[in-house]
Amino acid sequence: MGYSLNHRETNALFDRLAAEYKIYAPKRFAKQGRYSDTDIVRYDEIHTAEEIVWDQKSDFSAKEVLTPVTEPIFYFTEDEYRESGAPKKKILIFLRPCDINAFEHQDRIYLQNGGFCDSYYQRMREKTRFVLMECTEGWDTCFCCSMGANKAEEYSAAVRHTEEEILWSVKDEELTPYFAGCQEADWQLQFIEKNQFAVKIPEIADKETLAKLKKHPMWQEYNDRCVSCGSCTLACSTCTCFTTRDKIYSENAKAGERRRVHDSCQIAGFDAMAGGHGFRTTPADRIRYRALHKVHDYKARFGDYHMCVGCGRCSARCPKFISFPAIINKMSAALEEIAAEASK
Amino acid sequence: MTNPVMPKAHRILHINRETEMEYTFRIEADFVPEHGQFFQLSVPRVGECPISVSSFGEGWLEFTIRAVGKVTDQLFSMRPGDELFLRGPYGKGWPVEQLRGKHLVFVTGGTGLAPVKSWLNKLYDEPGMAESVHLIAGFKNEAGILFKPDLARWKERFSTHYTLDNDQIEGWNTGLVTKFIPEIPFDTFGGNYAVIIVGPPVMMHFAALEALKNGVPEEKIWVSFERKMSCAVGKCGHCRIDETYVCLEGPVFPYTVAKNLLD
Repeated sequence: MGYSLNHRETNALFDRLAAEYKIYAPKRFAKQGRYSDTDIVRYDEIHTAEEIVWDQKSDFSAKEVLTPVTEPIFYFTEDEYRESGAPKKKILIFLRPCDINAFEHQDRIYLQNGGFCDSYYQRMREKTRFVLMECTEGWDTCFCCSMGANKAEEYSAAVRHTEEEILWSVKDEELTPYFAGCQEADWQLQFIEKNQFAVKIPEIADKETLAKLKKHPMWQEYNDRCVSCGSCTLACSTCTCFTTRDKIYSENAKAGERRRVHDSCQIAGFDAMAGGHGFRTTPADRIRYRALHKVHDYKARFGDYHMCVGCGRCSARCPKFISFPAIINKMSAALEEIAAEASK
Repeated sequence: MTNPVMPKAHRILHINRETEMEYTFRIEADFVPEHGQFFQLSVPRVGECPISVSSFGEGWLEFTIRAVGKVTDQLFSMRPGDELFLRGPYGKGWPVEQLRGKHLVFVTGGTGLAPVKSWLNKLYDEPGMAESVHLIAGFKNEAGILFKPDLARWKERFSTHYTLDNDQIEGWNTGLVTKFIPEIPFDTFGGNYAVIIVGPPVMMHFAALEALKNGVPEEKIWVSFERKMSCAVGKCGHCRIDETYVCLEGPVFPYTVAKNLLD
């Protein structure tokens, strides 16, 4: 069912929802950006429609709502681990189609991979409902259409934002009662059909080709360019890697907590074992590892989609202007070279 | 909802100082793991790390631990009666049943002996389990020799080659494990055998190449990987190589799979 609400009515709707839902959306944090006098847009709880940033891609993805950068998982005393508490309210997240598709990958890793269901993710996910923000223009770093992630079906409601009103399309019956008395409106949700550029997805025929691509000289340039800061993976909507850190509350206390902290395969030491032995010791090795995961390894494991949804946040956040779509296109070019070499 | 990363407290029953750097901890626990599986050992306020089971029996598990990290350093300050936290067992162990009735060749480097120790002891206790057992066990030096009583027992029933990388001492060979692979009579096994290689990455790499050079087909070789892990349940991403998670599909791999796992 479709509705038209002006901003004041939307805020009244948010007030009604507040008894049961926490609402998260991209929000502006003035002057908290990386450079002086720049802002940052990231996910946080909102109470009014005015707080939502509609006209800009969020710097960080919606995954932080479900898996915060730092999350306590256990509180411990000397002889006991106690699980941290679950959220009490349901969660409503405003996000774009690529981000909804990204959650499909998050779900797969956290809820299914290896037959283990992560209870921390699950307790958040089962309370989460999506509000799709219509996205028809995209930005210069977007390549969702190439990744097939420009459309999404799994949402409870969709919204279109204009100067005067917010159009709602409500699918989830759980939400319908909150719209009682609202003005009905007929409108058709649109999806972006073409980005400013397209990428060529590499097709890696077999293990032998994969090994050749890993050794291809294309990766070497990143030894000079990448600074292994991990900004790309932190902003990525599909990256799930984390590490575990124990924290003591005070110097002498026996009490403390075990935290899950986002980690990055791009940072040196990600694969280093106790004693220091590591496997991917150069920026080139690490970029190759991330790139292949996004457009080969994940699909090789699960069979259907590539992991990357083309949100482009990695490129936008990279302080060295490394473009992920450019990496993908270079992989495709390298594979053509490898194929030509093999057919000689 | 069960929490797959919830550790439980277990009492330390006994600590055996194998070497200056390696202690074996016997822990009170009822798990019956597969040979070659691992647990996450946990010390509150310090952290967690994956450790292979080196031995197990009625009501106990043993872990042979090398003091190389912050969790293991903390473990070394513990005493019998203290509690440490465990979760597991995780991963795929050795294909013990699949390899029953074959000639078995073990090639181990240093603490790589730990993940096959329980299997070797089972083979010792049940001589009918294998046609024959050959063990090439290498250590860096005399100070690094592990499981001395077991090594002595295994000599009785297995064909053994014990070697130190550099040291020369009585009763021991000198040289890398690869030196002794050509001495294994592969051609007398009638094709009914398997080669099990465990140790540091470089040692496993060269031991596998040496086995291949001696006519061992790839599909008869098995290895066990060691990788950094945070969760051990396929979530944290640290141990992933291509589409494979070492914590889920490993740590034991057939060489046909392992040879393609390039980090």
